[in-house]
Amino acid sequence: MTTDDMATGQVTASAPSAPRGVPLVEMDAISVAFGGVHAVEKVTVDLYAGEVVGLVGGNGAGKSTLMRVLSGAHTADSGEIRIEGTAVAITNPRDAKGYGIETIYQTLALAENIDAAGNMFLGRELLTRTGSIDDSAMESATRSVMGRLNPRFKNFKVPVQSLSGGQRQSVAIARAIHFNARILIMDEPTAALGPAETAQVRELVLQLKAEGIGIFLISHDIHDVFDLSDRIAVMATGKLVGIVDRHQVTKDDVLGMIILGKKPGEVTEAEAANVLH
Amino acid sequence: MTDTSGTNPQGASDRPARSLGGLYRELDLDARMLGMVGALAIIWIGFQLMSGLTGPTHNILNGTFLTAQNLYNLSQQTVAVAVMATGMVLIIVSRNIDLSIGSILGLTGYTMAMIQAVWIPTTLHLGYDQPYTWIIALLLGIALGAAIGAFQGFLVAYGRIPAFIVTLGGLLVWRGLVFEINQGQTISPLDKNFQLLGGGPLASMGGTGSWILGILACVAIAYTMLASRRKRRIYGFTVRPMWATVTLVVASCAAVLGFVWVMVSYPWPEGLATQYAQDHGIVEPPGGLQIATGIPYPVVVLIGITLLMTYLTTRRRFGRYVFAIGGNPDAAELGGINVRWTITLTFVLMGALAALAGALQAARLQSAVTSLGTQAELDVIAAAVIGGTSFSGGIGTIPGAVLGALVMQSLRSGMLLLRVDSPIQDIVVGIVLVAAIGLDTYVRRRSGR
Repeated sequence: MTTDDMATGQVTASAPSAPRGVPLVEMDAISVAFGGVHAVEKVTVDLYAGEVVGLVGGNGAGKSTLMRVLSGAHTADSGEIRIEGTAVAITNPRDAKGYGIETIYQTLALAENIDAAGNMFLGRELLTRTGSIDDSAMESATRSVMGRLNPRFKNFKVPVQSLSGGQRQSVAIARAIHFNARILIMDEPTAALGPAETAQVRELVLQLKAEGIGIFLISHDIHDVFDLSDRIAVMATGKLVGIVDRHQVTKDDVLGMIILGKKPGEVTEAEAANVLH
Repeated sequence: MTDTSGTNPQGASDRPARSLGGLYRELDLDARMLGMVGALAIIWIGFQLMSGLTGPTHNILNGTFLTAQNLYNLSQQTVAVAVMATGMVLIIVSRNIDLSIGSILGLTGYTMAMIQAVWIPTTLHLGYDQPYTWIIALLLGIALGAAIGAFQGFLVAYGRIPAFIVTLGGLLVWRGLVFEINQGQTISPLDKNFQLLGGGPLASMGGTGSWILGILACVAIAYTMLASRRKRRIYGFTVRPMWATVTLVVASCAAVLGFVWVMVSYPWPEGLATQYAQDHGIVEPPGGLQIATGIPYPVVVLIGITLLMTYLTTRRRFGRYVFAIGGNPDAAELGGINVRWTITLTFVLMGALAALAGALQAARLQSAVTSLGTQAELDVIAAAVIGGTSFSGGIGTIPGAVLGALVMQSLRSGMLLLRVDSPIQDIVVGIVLVAAIGLDTYVRRRSGR
């Protein structure tokens, strides 16, 4: 309760324009430890429908681990996840997908030996009346999704390992958006992409946001995050430094939070000067 | 690989020139399978010529390898290894291994023999050759094999013990159990219905039955290929040109009917035919009674298993998941696949198939001995790998593995025909195995896979 208040307090203080009501997702005091190492320690974040929350931090800050908890790839040691105000148990990726949470992993998580359609429907294959896999229906659906996402995509019958990085990324993105996600987690979605494809992904993020999907965006690229996010959550060494409205801070403020692990108001002039030279 | 341009119906605009290469591309064949058929053809023709040279007439044209009798025997000898190889494909594709199948074969074969030769007739006082004996023995044997597989699969998938170790232990334990319980006896006689699983003239389809089976197979092939073509057309996907589909149907049917023709060309041995004539009051025509043997029952079993396993791997979720796990275990897990359960199932299936192979072997030998199935795991793994199953996981086909088993057995059977000593046979098979995989790896790397 107290942590929840705190999180909301941060938002109201800095983001009067953020959508109100019950958040789509609340991750409340989530902790994950590997052995004795606290990868994520009592982190509380929330996400509203039609909102993009950027998740930034250095290597090992715990952003990916936090998101893996939401996508069911890891179970939290403590803490609570609420979807539209209701506490839920997410113990595996199937649970997460059941709540409309889709994830684009940094590693893409593609089965290299299977074609685009097989990957897009992996674990959720379309079946014929007799319970066989309906490859034609799956290929047809994949063609229509790809037609919107990446019209130049043509190689539907080859294993994804023989596709280019951008095409593989398209497959991973197609998989996340095809199943009517309400909550989308994008872990470094533009890492493997060239400038044109990156622009395409940015456009896609804005389009999905307009459709009312809530998006967690993990990125190393502070410019990406600044251009796309409504709020920015900064993590350092497993802890949440703070959540800020991107209209109320500068890139330097956020960089300072990442490097110093403190919110802008708490940074001394000397520290700031040190960071910015 | 012609089917990469989806929006280009039938490749009409940029159809390649009608060169041989263009025609070949439009057939859209699996190059690896073609290569294996080619290798098999070379092996067969080689043995045919050499058996002629070393035969009594020393004439290269008087070979004895490509005779109906030898091919009939070859088909029967291939069955046990081929049946197990279909299961081994799934095991290896999901990045595991099963070294215990020879011992599972031995233990289940022994158990099935005991059920029909001792427990049902003597222990339960029900007598020999009851109509239900064979099926009870077979089902209990397969259930035992599946249970052993489930246990090993559980240790691998949930206990996180490497499959190599679990099944190496299994190899020792199950074989040890046979020796411990059996004390070196040979269990016989087997039930007369059960023995039909072993093949031989009395356990084959005969002329009419074989032809009917062959024609049904042709109808099924034509229907399947045309139906899948039609379905792809409905979705507006590229399909092979009609002439290519028809060519493939005709070629497949020719292969099927050719096989039937060879099997029915092998007549019953004279003595057996004479016996049959006497029993049925038939006057033997001059030159003896000619009865076509036809396809042996165990080969019918193998055909059924091949179809079933192919369907399971290519058209069912289970098979898709096995391949996904082999391609990228993390992706499979993140895709919501129950990886451990799927792995366990592959071992259950492998155990059941090893038991079925045990039944086929015991029936063929008409008894169960303690050494039944010894070293079968090596032939089976070799067959799967020669058949294109990749040890790095994610790649392999059922028909390939069956063809691989046929290649292995052709080598052994051919060398036996040439009276090559057993140690030399092993040396040759070993070299062929490594060379085949070396060549395959080289070709795969060249083609960028």
